Order: sequence, then structure tokens, then C-alpha cells
Amino acid sequence: MADASSTQKVTIDGHEVMVPPGTTILDAAERVGVVLPRYCYHPGLSAPALCRMCLVEVEGAPKLLPSCVQQVQDDMVVHTTSADARKARRAVIEFLLVNHPLDCPICDAAGQCELQDYAFETGQLHTRVTDPKMVLGRDNVTPEIVYFGDRCILCTRCVRFMDEVAQEPVLQVVQRGHKGYIDTMTGDLFEHAFSMNIVDVCPVGALVNEDFLFKARAWDLDQAPSICPGCSQGCNISLGTKENQIRRAKPRPNMEVNSYWMCDEGRKTVVNWGSGDRLEVPMLKGDSLLPVDWQRALSALTEALRGEPGAARGVASAGASNEALYILRRLMEVAGFDGGYFAVPMAEEHVLAGFPKLALRSERVPNARGAELFGFERSDDPYAEVASHTGALFVLDDPLDGAPEGFGASAAIFVYLGTRLSPAARRADIVIPVTTFAEMEGTFTNFQGRVQRFAPALQPPGLARPLWMSGSATLERLGTGSAYRSAAETFAALAGDYEEFDGLTYESIGPGGSLIASARTQTARAG
Amino acid sequence: MAYPHSHPRETRILSEHFGEIEATTLDGWIERGGYKAVEKALGSMSREQVIEVVKESGLRGRGGAGFPTGLKWSFMPKDDTLPHYLVCNADESEPGTFKDREIMRWTPHQLLEGCIIGSYAIGASHCYIYIRGEFVDVIPVVNQAVVDAYSRGYLGRDILGSGYSLELTVHLGAGAYIAGEETGMLNSLEGRRAEPRIKPPFPAAKGAFGMPTTVNNVESLAVVPHIVTNGGDWYRQWGTEKSSGTKLFSCCGHLQKPGTYEIAMDFNLKDLLYDLCGGPPEGREFKAVIPGGSSVPILAADELDAECSYEGLEAAGSMVGSGGLIAMDDSTNMVHAVRRMVEFYAHESCGQCTQCREGTYWAAKILRRIERGGGREEDIPLLLDISANMAGKTICVLSDSAAAPIVSSIQKFQDDYMALIAKGQHAAVGT
Ligand SMILES: Cc1cc2nc3c(=O)[nH]c(=O)nc-3n(C[C@H](O)[C@H](O)[C@H](O)COP(=O)(O)O)c2cc1C
Ligand code: SF4
Ligand code: SF4
Ligand code: FES
Repeated sequence: MADASSTQKVTIDGHEVMVPPGTTILDAAERVGVVLPRYCYHPGLSAPALCRMCLVEVEGAPKLLPSCVQQVQDDMVVHTTSADARKARRAVIEFLLVNHPLDCPICDAAGQCELQDYAFETGQLHTRVTDPKMVLGRDNVTPEIVYFGDRCILCTRCVRFMDEVAQEPVLQVVQRGHKGYIDTMTGDLFEHAFSMNIVDVCPVGALVNEDFLFKARAWDLDQAPSICPGCSQGCNISLGTKENQIRRAKPRPNMEVNSYWMCDEGRKTVVNWGSGDRLEVPMLKGDSLLPVDWQRALSALTEALRGEPGAARGVASAGASNEALYILRRLMEVAGFDGGYFAVPMAEEHVLAGFPKLALRSERVPNARGAELFGFERSDDPYAEVASHTGALFVLDDPLDGAPEGFGASAAIFVYLGTRLSPAARRADIVIPVTTFAEMEGTFTNFQGRVQRFAPALQPPGLARPLWMSGSATLERLGTGSAYRSAAETFAALAGDYEEFDGLTYESIGPGGSLIASARTQTARAG
Repeated sequence: MAYPHSHPRETRILSEHFGEIEATTLDGWIERGGYKAVEKALGSMSREQVIEVVKESGLRGRGGAGFPTGLKWSFMPKDDTLPHYLVCNADESEPGTFKDREIMRWTPHQLLEGCIIGSYAIGASHCYIYIRGEFVDVIPVVNQAVVDAYSRGYLGRDILGSGYSLELTVHLGAGAYIAGEETGMLNSLEGRRAEPRIKPPFPAAKGAFGMPTTVNNVESLAVVPHIVTNGGDWYRQWGTEKSSGTKLFSCCGHLQKPGTYEIAMDFNLKDLLYDLCGGPPEGREFKAVIPGGSSVPILAADELDAECSYEGLEAAGSMVGSGGLIAMDDSTNMVHAVRRMVEFYAHESCGQCTQCREGTYWAAKILRRIERGGGREEDIPLLLDISANMAGKTICVLSDSAAAPIVSSIQKFQDDYMALIAKGQHAAVGT
């Protein structure tokens, strides 16, 4: 039974709900499935209650109240669709359109615009405005973000993001009243590692990423939940794809990892990830490297491992998934695991001051922690560790840029599992095409030890398949396991073999991610 | 008869020394009985007693809202763990209002006395006077008074040996009407944009710099020394039960003798207009009067027989507001007058609230179009609907203030609108 002193009863459009004191009407309404329209309110920012879009009728109150800041009181009765509340909402839409250019056909936000959405929802489809509109024009606020002044509804979300979250208060409302617009204090462009979040928070098409400008209509994009591979933070993202290409990445809320935000660099990394010429078919070395079908490729790999090539050493990419690294480890174990190495590209760290849990981490790979859990070691020069190895040599999705001349020449067998065929990779005996994170289901383990799932967003090119698929099929041929039918099944096997993952399943990880065992006890101790 | 215009029917408490240049100096003020009230309050009264006597007097805030001053003071937290502030609202920007200017220009020490006693009553250690920046002639007078008061120990540490210390800072506004709204003022004082805050929290809980704060109008504070000296009952001898004492009305527009007049609050508006202000110019008649600053509803000529009390003017269909009376004679085109007012609000809206930012702009556009001969009959219901959509839905009441003259002018002077619409061409009403 609910503790009466700690919860309050509110009735919203006839639905009763018990909420803790301090809950806003807007939040309470969401609990009963009533989503109130809002412009200035954003859950990751302070609430200035200035757009007045979320006004509701509260019995006994002399005026309509802004639900985004009005806290519930016990026995409050709220009507969100009373005639007055609906009229007020329609009026706000009408007012917002007084000076709005209605250039939806050429606006990047069309299809994901809260002004469009509510205009349709509130049924305000005609305008009574016959007088000329103000014209404000457009201007850059950062080298990559354009501000379309005419579309701006002055909700100040962007200003508050820079003030409160970035904690670099560079944006402000300039002028006042209807002449108001958004600009930097000095009028100069600004730069910030997290600046593109202002595009995300903008409820309309006033702030636009130049990179995406006119690239795609929002409704043409397919969306897939994913994890940013840009650094070891593991920001939860949504990949927007069109024609089998990643067009953009937007943050997906996860309060444990990235709140509502992600960094600019991550967005760019994602869009460029896996671009360029792709390795699309398995290949075997005869006189030269020649494409083969999967049967022959897997047979060759099976044969090679059966032939006792000598203990295996390998170089892996820490951008590979947990599942791929696990399978790699098992393939290497067939020959005898003799050491696996990975490089961690490092760059400057940028902490998001207002949500310091989130940083663009200096480790610019997503799964260094995972690679370590499967027994791979980080190394400043992983190529040197394996260069003169004489047994089996495995390389997983490392482009081998900068590998020494004659890399892999001394190995009994050189297996290259990758997405691109660099000149160094061309020296491999067996080449297996694998998929990028965007082309498969899988998990990364972030710097905290949080295992997070990503979903496939793209079709893999040509014959490329996830390594769990080709690798486990090989293991089956070798008689050391069974071929997995899914990434989830692979993960279940992995969790059975590695204690850190014990008890985790795709289902239990869910959309928010789960900590590995040692990280759980750490947080428990810290908490 | 000295001060620009004065009249025997006035009740001159605040304005007694208006026009006397010596009263602006500290010595001149002390000769006129100045700072006795400060001595009394700080020397022999507790904070609670000061609040009590102001409550007894029935004094209501003169800045526009008419909220009882003593009651407002009593909302301040009783414990002093956090610093308290008194902010004197001297931003006087309401069109038609210039009575605070007269208080500061002629009797700066009268205001300082009020500030000191008010600060003492609410336990403030620092008082700010936020003066409208355009008051270039008033600012040096107040500044000099502050310097003199410090030099004589009326301000600063241990005032008159009472153990009470108070710092006072004069802060200049930068030209925004909205900085007169009390929470907009607090933001401006803190160096932010003068944007009104959502309430709650009220200033008494979280005001200047996040600390308990009281904001009072110049006139509200300036009368406090008289109440402390003479008592609450003395103040109640004027006015009505609900509207005690006297009030300054700054009267402007089409009047023979415009000026600032101090009247008991039960004075008749018609007498104020015809007797004290000398009526409309020769050969003209009043057409409309706004009794309390542009934010209050307009009264028509047949509504002027009203008592100038809060309840009296409300019964007549308007409000005391700030006491900024604007008289308009029969040469006035009301569409023109209202358009001018709405443009003022459009210019001064801080722009936070959608209804206010866009509504003032849109309504001004429509009014201007009507004025220029492009009006349509459906503009009338449209203006009324826009006004309804603007009123009662925003953070502060500027939006309501902009809507009020539109509505009252359409209700009372629709003929002016219809004539312009009918004319359907450029109307010769100037700009
Ligand atoms: C738009 C707007 C402008 C205002 N301007 C002034 C002003 O110039 N001077 C003033 O004393 N009060 C002004 N007020 C009223 C103040 O918010 C506040 O009520 C007043 O200063 C309180 O003092 P009082 O209680 O002594 O009247 C304004 C209010 C609004 C909404
Ligand atoms: S640019 Fe966008 S986020 Fe910023 S104030 Fe305008 S509408 Fe709001
Ligand atoms: S009503 Fe107007 S002036 Fe007042 S806060 Fe809102 S926008 Fe600003
Ligand atoms: S969402 Fe509540 S006022 Fe803007």
C-alpha cells in the first residue's frame, strides 16, 4: 500500500494517479498517458515556463496553470482538454505562427517539428494573420550550425543548454519582445565539443546542422537504437539511415550514461564509420588473393586450424563487439591462445560540465573494456607484438595502417577478419569479411563496465556477415561448439564462459544496459 | 501656490515640500523635521512594531498592484540566517506616471527615510534603489542625498548608535519598462536580462541574489516615515476603509493644469480633473480618461464621477494602478491612442511569453492597419479574441495590460474604429 504521507492523489482527465509531492502536473499526466504539448520544457533543462503551451485547467484555480512547473497538490483535479485549455493552446500555436515563415517544404525539421505536430494536433490549420511578417534571416552560430531566425520560437532551450549543461553561456536572446533572436554575446561564432545538442533540443527547424542540411527528409529516415562507437563512453544513440547509409546520429536518453546528450565528434565518427571501399567477399590466397564463397572460406579456415599451425597471436580492434571478440578468442584458442593485442587511439578528453558523467573520453574506441575482459591486452604497438610470430596470426578489423613491412610474413597462417582490405591485409591467407557495429546486433562494454546493446541499422555489404556467424560456424566444423543462430545466443554462450558477464542476457540488459559483475560491486560499494 | 500647480483641496503629506529647493538638502530636510521618524523607529521601536503600525495604517502598495505594504513586510522570514534585501522600485516607466520622479527630485531624503525604516522592518542589511536610467535630473539628487545621509550617520554602520547597520546602493536601469516588474527588476539588478520570473517562489522567499527580498514602490516607502511619526490612525483619517491615506496622481494629457497632485483617496475623480487640473483645454470636452497609468482600463467621459479609491475606481470599471492619469479630449482618435499604447507594450514586452510577445506585435499591426484605412469589420472580433488570448495566461501582467486598453476602447469607443474602417482609406490622424 502506498504511504499516504509520501504520495498525493491527482485526477487528470478523469484518471486518478498517486504521485510523490513535488511532481509537476506535466509529469503526473505522463503517468496516465496524457502527453501535454510543450515547447520551452525539456526534461534535461530547467523549466522557465515561458512558452505557455502546456497550460491546463486546475479546478479551483483562477487561471490556467503551466503544467511544466505547477506541482501537484493532494486531491488536485486537472483538465487538460477543457474548452479553455484547448483554446489557450490553439492560441499559442496561432501566436507562434504570426511571424513564422511556414517554409516547411524546405525546412530540415519538417516531419520532426513540434510546431507542425501541435498545429495538427490542436486543429489550428488556418491563420487569421493577414499582416506582413517580420523577416530575420539566417546566420551561423557555430561553423557547423545555422540559425534560421524566422523559424525560432524563442523557447530558449538552446540558451539553457549552453548555460546549464555545457556551462558555457555563450548563447542568449538578443533584443527583446518580437524583435528577439538567438545569438552569441559577441556576435562571433562559438565552438564547443557538445554544441550540436542545441540542434537536438530545438523543437523547430531554427537550429540546423549544416552537415545534414537538405540531405534527407526526417520521415525518410529509418531509425535504429545504437551505441556511439566514438569513444569508451558509449552514448546511447539513434541511427538515422536512408538508402543503406547512416545520415545522422542523435542521442537517446540514458540517465546512467549520456542523459539526453552526445558530443559532436561522436556524431561525425558515426556518420563516417565504415565508409569507403568495403571488403564484401571472403577471399583465399592461391597465386593471388581471390574471392571465394563462404563454404570454401570456412572450410579453408577450419582446415588451417586443424592443421596445428602453432599457437595463435592476434591484433584486434577495440571497435569490435563483445560477441566478435569472444568468437575471435575462441577461434584462437583452437590453435592455442598466445596473446591478443589492441591499440587505443587517445585524444583530448572533453567533460560535459553540467552532466559530468558524460565525457568525450580520451579513449576513442567503444570497447576497450570488453577487449580486456576477453584477455586482449592494450598495447602502444600491437603490430610489434605479433610481427615476427610464427604460429597462427589473427587480425580482427584492424586496418593495419602503419603495420611494418612484411607484417604476417613469418606466420604459419595469417587470417584477416575485417571490413576493409588494406595493402597489409592483402597478404593474409584467409580473408573473412565482417560487419560494422551498424550492420549487426551486438554489445559494447563501456568504460564503466556497462554492457550496452546496439541494433542493426544497415544491410551488410555483399557477403559480409557478423563474425559470430562465420566464426561459430567454423567452431562447429571444428567440433568445438555449435553454430549460433543469433547475437543473443552468442552472448548467452559468452556469459556462460566469462564470469564478468555471468547472469546477463540480451533481455536483462534491455535498452538501458547492465553493469558487469565487478562494476556492479564497485557501484554497490560506492553507493 | 509654488510647486508647478498646487491646489488647496489637496492633502499634502508627501508633497508638502515639493517645489522647495532647500528640502532637497540634508540640512533643509532636517529643518523640516526630517529623520525624526528614523530616530523613532530605530531608537524606540522593534521591527515588529514598525510592521504593525504600517499594517494599522492600511497603506497599500503604490506601484500598481495595491498590495498591503505591512502585510508584504510580514512575509519576510523572521530569522536572519540569510541576508535580506529591500529593493525600492524607482523604475517608474508606466506611461502617464511621473509621481515617483517628483518625490525623488524634491524630497530625496523622504524616500531615504522610508528606505531605512523599511529595511529595518524587514531585517535588510542592504537596500537598493533601482532608478529608471532616463531620470538624468533625478539621479544626481538622489545620489547626493545618499552621500549626505552616509556622512551624517543615517546610513552605514550602527545608524545613530542604534546597533542597526544598512548599506544603500543606487542602481540605474538601462531603459526597459519591464524592469519595473518586480521580479524583472531583481533579474536586472543581478545583471541578467530584465525578464520576470515565475512565481512562486515569491521575492520574500527567493528574491535578489536568491535571498529574501521585498520590493516596494517609491511612494509606498516615502510615506512610511509619516506613518511611523504620526501613527496608523492618523493616516486612516483620510480615504476610505479599504483605501486609507493619500495618493499622488500624476496628471497629464489634455488638461489645463497638468501636474502631480496629492489627494485623499476618497477624492472624486471629476473634481481632480476639473477642479485641480483645471479641466480640458478651452472649448474642448473630455472624451476618455485613464486614471492609473496605461495599464488600466480606459474610462469614458460619462464614467468620471468616481471615487479615487481602489474600490471606487474599480467600481467605475478601471483601477488606481500607479496613479498616472492620462486625460484625452474630444480631439483624440481612440484607435490612434490605443495603437500608440499597444506599440509601447510590443516594444517593451520582454518576449518570454508567446501570447505577449506575438500578441502585442500582431494587435499593433492590426491597429495600425485600421488607422491607415485598411481596417475590416472582422478586425473588431479578431482584436477582442487576441486580447482574450493574451490575458491571464502569462508570467507577468504586461500582456494583460496591453490587452486592457484594446478591450476597453472597443467597448467604449467602437465608433472611432467603425469610422476608420468605413472610411477605408488613409485616415489623417498623424502618428
Ligand atoms: C510590466 C510592469 C511594470 C511595472 N512597473 C513598475 C514601476 O515602474 N514602478 C513600480 O513601483 N512598480 C511597477 N510595477 C509593479 C511591481 O511589480 C511591484 O508590484 C511593485 O513595485 C511593488 O511595490 P508596492 O507594493 O509598493 O506597490 C510594474 C509591474 C508590471 C507588471
Ligand atoms: S533556436 Fe530553437 S531552441 Fe533556440 S530558442 Fe529558437 S526555437 Fe528554441
Ligand atoms: S507577460 Fe510579457 S512582459 Fe511579462 S514575462 Fe511574459 S513576455 Fe515578458
Ligand atoms: S512547456 Fe510549460 S510553459 Fe513552456
